[in-house]
Amino acid sequence: MPKKMLQIIESAYRATIEEQDDTVVWITHAMKGAGGELEVLLRGNAVNYAVKSQDASGLAFGAKRQTQPPRIADDIAKFADRGVTVRVVSEDVAERGLERSDLIATVKPVSRSELASLFENYDLIWHW
Amino acid sequence: MSNYLLIESRDPFESNEVAYFYGLARDLVQAGHKVTLFLVQNGVLPSRPSVHAEAVASVARAGVEVLADDFALRERGIAADRLAAGVKAASLDVVVDRLAAGHKALWH
Amino acid sequence: MADKKQLTFVLMDPPYENARTTTALRLIDIAVRRGHDVNVFAYEGAVNVAFAKQAPHANAVHGRDVEQEDHPNPKDWVAALFAAAAERGTTIDWVQCGLCVDERGAGECIPGLRRGSPADLVKFTETSINTLVIPTK
Repeated sequence: MPKKMLQIIESAYRATIEEQDDTVVWITHAMKGAGGELEVLLRGNAVNYAVKSQDASGLAFGAKRQTQPPRIADDIAKFADRGVTVRVVSEDVAERGLERSDLIATVKPVSRSELASLFENYDLIWHW
Repeated sequence: MSNYLLIESRDPFESNEVAYFYGLARDLVQAGHKVTLFLVQNGVLPSRPSVHAEAVASVARAGVEVLADDFALRERGIAADRLAAGVKAASLDVVVDRLAAGHKALWH
Repeated sequence: MADKKQLTFVLMDPPYENARTTTALRLIDIAVRRGHDVNVFAYEGAVNVAFAKQAPHANAVHGRDVEQEDHPNPKDWVAALFAAAAERGTTIDWVQCGLCVDERGAGECIPGLRRGSPADLVKFTETSINTLVIPTK
């Protein structure tokens, strides 16, 4: 039985343009594809990754245009298709002026007060 | 009951997110788990009696074992015998030993 | 000496940019000295920690020539960790994330490391007693 891992993602928009991905969201998809058992918790600024209206398109450096901007909300939404539960800390959402309707539908809110019991569901908890 | 090792490398002078991590340590111990908060790098700065020392002391009062990397303390000229209440200097070996003992380990 | 275990460390930071690289190498050093087998997954900038072309330099501000300055190159620290593990009969399995190597042009690393992928990290989680992720910020 593979170990069950929780990926807590806190850092947001760190090199996401150069990488055309959030590299922790990316490696979580890759590890799932390699047989890992993972779930995701978005907290801190990374709750913004669930915002539907993100748009990083249109950058150019001289004549070099970026043709594949990151589409982080899509990447978060795709976790649902792969059976990866994504939770978002509801207080962090509210503190950032976000409403539930701003977020993609598949993320599940969880309160800070529930984290201690949530953590008991995992063998490994990785805090990014 | 589980054993948790929370490693805090950041300090509350620079980052608001440190309060979340201290709070997580408190919540875990109040949920009945054994928790060590191990301060490394600038994370040891609130170990010096200062405006943020009470935040660390309150975590210790809640029942969390609060340790500070003795090298990081010395590197910053923080006297190991004059630390904020509840904080003890410790060798970084403790982190490896707790990892080897299977404590759930989170780095912040 | 502790019972031998297998521990995995995930590193993300490049050398010379912040304290996390030093702390990570200190932890690996301790794990080796304690007789544990160590896996390292070097992700993102950490693929440059063991870059072969790092070179020492003098320090004119302190009036030290190259030899006197004895400036650290983390690749030498990594090589020393491998040597220490070999002396103790333990192993370090250091995997460089291949795509991270490619995008950074970091293909030239010291001997002993191997190119890999997130699949290696999944395998590490299964064979190790524990894993510590040291994320960049």
